[in-house]
Amino acid sequence: MSNTNFGRMGMTEPQADILNSARRFCAEQSPMSRVRALMETPLGFDVDIWAQTGALGWLGIAIPEEYGGLGLSMTEVVPVAEQMGRTLMASPFAATTLAAQAILSCGTETQKKSILPQIAGGAAATLALYEDGGDWDLTAISARATRKTGGDGFTLTGEKYFASDLMAAKFVVLSAFLEGAPALFVIETAAIAQANIRREKICDETRRTYALNLSGINVTDAALMDCAKTPTALALIDMGGALLAAADMTGACQACIDSTAEYMKTRKQFGKYIGSFQGLKHPLVSAFVNYQNARSLLYAAAYSFDAGRSGEISVRMAKARAGDALSFAADRSIQFHGGFGFTWGCDAQLYRRRAMFQTAQFGDSRMQRQRLADLLL
Amino acid sequence: MVLSVEQFAASADAWFEKNTPRDLDFMLPLTFMEVGTDQQFEFLRNWQKRVYEAGFLGAAWPAEYGGGGLSQVHQDAATNAMKAHNAPIIFNTIGLGWAGPLILDRGSEDEKRRYIPGILNADDVWCQGFSEPDHGSDLGNAQMKAVRDGDHYVLDGSKIWTTHGHYAKYMILLARTNPAAPNKYLGLSFFLVPMNTPGISTRKIRKLTGENGFTQTFFDGAKIPVSCRVGEEGQGWQIAMQTLMYERNAKGGQAGGISISEIDPLRIIDLARSTKRGGRPAIEDPVVKDRLVNLIIDNQAFLMSAERAKLSPLNADCPQAIPLMSKLVRTEFIKDINEFAISLQGTKAGYYAGDPSAIDDGYWQRGYLNAFSATIGGGTSEIQRNIIGEHALGLPKSK
Ligand SMILES: Cc1cc2nc3c(=O)[nH]c(=O)nc-3n(C[C@H](O)[C@H](O)[C@H](O)COP(=O)(O)OP(=O)(O)OC[C@H]3O[C@@H](n4cnc5c(N)ncnc54)[C@H](O)[C@@H]3O)c2cc1C
Repeated sequence: MSNTNFGRMGMTEPQADILNSARRFCAEQSPMSRVRALMETPLGFDVDIWAQTGALGWLGIAIPEEYGGLGLSMTEVVPVAEQMGRTLMASPFAATTLAAQAILSCGTETQKKSILPQIAGGAAATLALYEDGGDWDLTAISARATRKTGGDGFTLTGEKYFASDLMAAKFVVLSAFLEGAPALFVIETAAIAQANIRREKICDETRRTYALNLSGINVTDAALMDCAKTPTALALIDMGGALLAAADMTGACQACIDSTAEYMKTRKQFGKYIGSFQGLKHPLVSAFVNYQNARSLLYAAAYSFDAGRSGEISVRMAKARAGDALSFAADRSIQFHGGFGFTWGCDAQLYRRRAMFQTAQFGDSRMQRQRLADLLL
Repeated sequence: MVLSVEQFAASADAWFEKNTPRDLDFMLPLTFMEVGTDQQFEFLRNWQKRVYEAGFLGAAWPAEYGGGGLSQVHQDAATNAMKAHNAPIIFNTIGLGWAGPLILDRGSEDEKRRYIPGILNADDVWCQGFSEPDHGSDLGNAQMKAVRDGDHYVLDGSKIWTTHGHYAKYMILLARTNPAAPNKYLGLSFFLVPMNTPGISTRKIRKLTGENGFTQTFFDGAKIPVSCRVGEEGQGWQIAMQTLMYERNAKGGQAGGISISEIDPLRIIDLARSTKRGGRPAIEDPVVKDRLVNLIIDNQAFLMSAERAKLSPLNADCPQAIPLMSKLVRTEFIKDINEFAISLQGTKAGYYAGDPSAIDDGYWQRGYLNAFSATIGGGTSEIQRNIIGEHALGLPKSK
């Protein structure tokens, strides 16, 4: 094989620092009792914790200093996403980070100057890209933007789905076909009527996504992003989304295995800890091995993210394995909790539902392997 | 006039063809353990009554207690018609499959008259009080107390995961009458308990699907007449095992009807045709094809095993093998097929039942989660494997 660089392992100094503080912050701010309480609220996350996330500078990790960020990269974003996943913390963090990357990648200078500092300062943002067909291909767009005749701006038609935390976002990046090519727009959500937004019922009740009807939304010329750069931006969102989803699921997988092991160490049947039964012990060890591998691939992907082809390979490997690892671990977690595993009150279902939702974002494991086949074989 | 099996089968076929409800605006449970809403419950109760009144449930049970007085082969034909028409489940499973056969087998004349008709027409819902908070897989260790006090027993303790606990009129109960028995099994006795006995209360438990469906059942000095006991004191375990055999279909005597919906593999083929991956129908993907064909083979193998179990020359070496394995095989298969169906849905795999954009109204997502009811309930898959290993293969018991 000519090119065997599939990504490299490594860690930057700021990344290690961020991992440390993220671990502490998430553990303190997102105990399971709060995760459960937030599930019942309309917005789904805690605004105070969100404000603190902004104050820590984490929304600007991958935003250059000239736009108010820390000037680091997605490499350093990964530990935050991972630790949030580990504690199932509800947060518009990933959506906001991805929207910022989209703006950075294909926003006009004016858009970057006005919006990125606001995001770095704590404003939430999101993406409205997926459409009805269930397709992961962000360029398969049927929403339409048409120039208004003789005036400023565009008319939009079409519907978008899975817009994360749209109700909390100040800005939304959305895609539509314009004059025969995909185009991205960034608008303020204040311009969207409530009637255009519908909360979706998704597998994972710890998070919020919305369907967005584009008809009637007012879009000015200033909202249009740089059309020449749209394909690059969409590819970047795809990779960034897959990376952060992998981080989220890897973190969740660790917590899922830990809590299952804990139960197996305390629950007794037949006078023995159920963890002593090899029928349970061995599959849990398999889950653990899967998790360890997934975490290695995740941090290699974080480190190699900007490295072109090997970056893509490493991200796809990480996403594929994180999804499979969490799905398996959480499936076994339900089973190994017995009757309690079948209850709402058992956390195993939260991890399983997280996996169901998150594997299906930015390409599931099989789709990642298919792309990898094209890249590797 | 007694209908021949062929005539009976034809009339069942025609009846289910005509009467099987279609296009309901709510989702039906696939197993009796999945009933989660009052709407589902009321629907299924009414459905069972209709099937019974049409003569397709309890066809082989004695006519004097409300049964059809026909043969088991007749009932099997009716049950097959339910499967063929993908009819809703017959949900009063604990009554039809466990309590009923037990009462017919060893109950008094009075008990048969009192209990059997209500089991068949669904007026009387039954539940099963076996598992306890600390004793599930280790059922033989159940500690709930039944203390003899003259012509009564006083019940104290709690049962859990009681399916239909808050709907049930009667419970089959396993409780400890002799804590000093020479081994744990010999201290247990078996009871038929009216749920309206003072001192019995239930608390609903929310299931992982978000719905209700089972309860914790509390016994606080509840007094039941000695006549509620089945068999002798100390025979509880033996009787419970007997009911488990009715459940696992290893022994005849169930009233019939389907308590687990068949999954029609054709349905998932349709799904694979209609969903797209990478802009192409999922079914064109060779990996999808391979999984799909494997699932179809699994399904066929299950059906053929059920048929082979009836051909004794083909089971001479290990007659218990197929009856012992069918619960494990079927319940794990149902989980697998749901999980695979979800994986065909692209981004839409993330929707749950209740979203207007969800594929098949989120049937597969909810079905996957619900599938654990049967891989855990009724003896977990791990325990099933232990039983098969020990009883079919003669492997040593782990100690
Ligand atoms: C939907 C549903 C409905 C139910 N309905 C009823 C009902 O109506 N009435 C009733 O009485 N009960 C009911 N049950 C309870 C069910 O029978 C028990 O949950 C089951 O037997 C497991 O017991 P447990 O919950 O105590 O789990 P545990 O016994 O604590 O099991 C925990 C884990 O340990 C494993 N394990 C235990 N022992 C061994 C071993 N020796 N070797 C390997 N692995 C082992 C189990 O497989 C499981 O994965 C229901 C359960 C469910 C999920």
